[in-house]
Amino acid sequence: METKRLGQRPPVLEMSNVTKTFNGDVVALRNMTLSVNEGDFISLLGPSGCGKSTALRLIAGLTSTSSGRINWAGGQSQNDLGVVFQEPTLMPWATVAQNVWLPFRLRGQSYASVKDEILDVLRLVGLEKFLDAYPRELSGGMKMRVSIARSMVTKPRLILMDEPFAALDEITRFRLNNDLLQLKAKIGCTVIFVTHSVFESVFLSDRIVVMAARPGRVIREVTVDAPYPRSEAFRTSAEYAALCREASEALHIAMGEPA
Amino acid sequence: MSVAENTPLFDAEDLRRQRAARFERFGKWLLPVAVMIAMIWFWDRLVVWNEIPHFILPRPGLVLETLIKDWPMLFDALLVTLQITMMALAVAVIGGVGLAVLFTQSRLVEMSFYPYAVILQVTPVVSIAPLIFIYVDSRTAGLLICAWLVAFFPILANTTLGLNSADHNLRDLFRIYGATRWQTLRYLRLPSALPYFLGGLRIAGGLALIGAVVAEYVAGTGGIGSGLAFRILEAGYRLNIPRMFAALILIAMTGVVIFAGLSFLSHMLLRKWHESALKRET
Repeated sequence: METKRLGQRPPVLEMSNVTKTFNGDVVALRNMTLSVNEGDFISLLGPSGCGKSTALRLIAGLTSTSSGRINWAGGQSQNDLGVVFQEPTLMPWATVAQNVWLPFRLRGQSYASVKDEILDVLRLVGLEKFLDAYPRELSGGMKMRVSIARSMVTKPRLILMDEPFAALDEITRFRLNNDLLQLKAKIGCTVIFVTHSVFESVFLSDRIVVMAARPGRVIREVTVDAPYPRSEAFRTSAEYAALCREASEALHIAMGEPA
Repeated sequence: MSVAENTPLFDAEDLRRQRAARFERFGKWLLPVAVMIAMIWFWDRLVVWNEIPHFILPRPGLVLETLIKDWPMLFDALLVTLQITMMALAVAVIGGVGLAVLFTQSRLVEMSFYPYAVILQVTPVVSIAPLIFIYVDSRTAGLLICAWLVAFFPILANTTLGLNSADHNLRDLFRIYGATRWQTLRYLRLPSALPYFLGGLRIAGGLALIGAVVAEYVAGTGGIGSGLAFRILEAGYRLNIPRMFAALILIAMTGVVIFAGLSFLSHMLLRKWHESALKRET
C-alpha cells in the first residue's frame, strides 16, 4: 500500500474517485477521494447540498456508489461502524442502558454479558446515574450523549457523525465539543464528522475536508496541526483564529463568494 | 428592594390556573353525573305528567326494578354477548396484527390483499350476516365471524400505520448494525407500532360489541344461550319495554367498561415513554 500523509498510522478506509448520482443526472458527489487512518478526526465542512451527508451514507453502506470504490482495510466489514445522527435517534420505549445495549443486542449478545462495557461508556459520557431513565426524561444534550455512548460502546473502527450538535444551543454544543475530544482521547476512536460550523471543525479535527455544492465535491483539505488534547484555551489562541480564517476562506470559495 | 420580598408566592395567573385545574378535576366527574341525574328526573317526570303507560315508556324506577328482578336471565345473556365480543376481539387482534406484519414484510402481499380488507370493512355487516348464517352451521361461529369482520379492520389499519412509522434514522441504524428482518421487527417496528395498535384496539373493542349485537339480531334464534340482543328482541315482541331498557343499559355499560379497560391497558403500557400518556407540567 502506498504511503499516506499520516503514514505511520494504519489505514481504516479508502475512498477512491467515488461518484454518486441520483436518477442519472443529479450529481450528489463527484470524484471524492479520501483516506482515513486510525485515530483520525476528519471533518467534512461545506454548505448544504455539498454531498457531505451523501459521503457518510456511502461509507455506512446505506447507498451504493455510482462509480469509484470504498475499501475497508482488511476487507469489507460493515458491522464495524458507529453512527451519530443529527437527532439523538434513541428508542423512546427503551431506557438509556437498553439504548446503549442496542448494537450488542443486534449481534446477539445478552445484556449481562456486556453490562460492564455499557456502564463504562455511560460513565465516560457522565450518565452513569441515568441507566434506567427514559429518553424523554433527559435534556437534548444528555440525549446526544447517550447517542454518542451508543456509537462508541462496541469500540468500532470508525464512527460517523452527521451534524450531531447542530440542533443544540451553543453552550451545550461547546461542552459536548470538549467532551467529545476527551472521549476520543480515552477511547482512541476514528471519527468522520460532518458539520456546517467552521469553528467546530477547527476545534475538533486534525483534517478538515472543505466541500462545495452543485456538484458535491471536495475542493480543499485543511490540516489542523494543533496537538491533542485541546483545551478551552485553544479556542482563544491565535493559532485557532488563523486556522478558522483559513477554513473560512476555503468555505467562501466553496460557496462561490469572494473571501 | 428585592423582588422576592413583596411579590406574592402565587401571581394572578397561577391562581387562575389552580382554579381551572380544580374545576377540571371535579367537573370531569360531577358534570356528567349531574346531567345524568337531571335526565333521569326529567324522564320520570315526563312519564308522570303525560301519564304514559309503562308498556310504552316505563319510569326509570321500573327499569331498575326489572333489571334486579330479571338479573339472573339478563346476566346469563350478558355473559353470552360478552363471550362473543371478547373472542371476536381476540381473533381480531391476532388477525389484524398478523396481517399487518405480513403486509409490512411483503409489499407483494399488501398490494394483493389490502383492497379486499377495505372491501370487507366498508360492506355493512348487517348485509353479510344473513349469508354467513346460511353457510356456517354453528351459531357461535357465525356470531364470531360477524363480530370479527367489524373489529379487525381498525387494528389492521392502525398497526400497519404504526409498523411503517418507525423512525427513519433508527431504521438506518438497524441496517448499519446489520440487523435481521426479525430483529428489526421485534426491536424497532413492533414497539413503534404499539401506540397505534392500542388506539386501534380501543376502537375495535367497541366495534366487536356492536358486531356481536348486530349479528345476534340477524341470527335471531332464541332459547338457551341467547345474548342480550336477542333478549331485547324477545322483550320487544312481548311488549316488555322495561326489560328492553334494562338489557339496553347492560349493553351500554358493557361498552363503557370495555372502552375503559382498554384505555387503562393502553395507559399502563405507554405511561413510561409515550407522549399520549404523559402529563404536562404546565
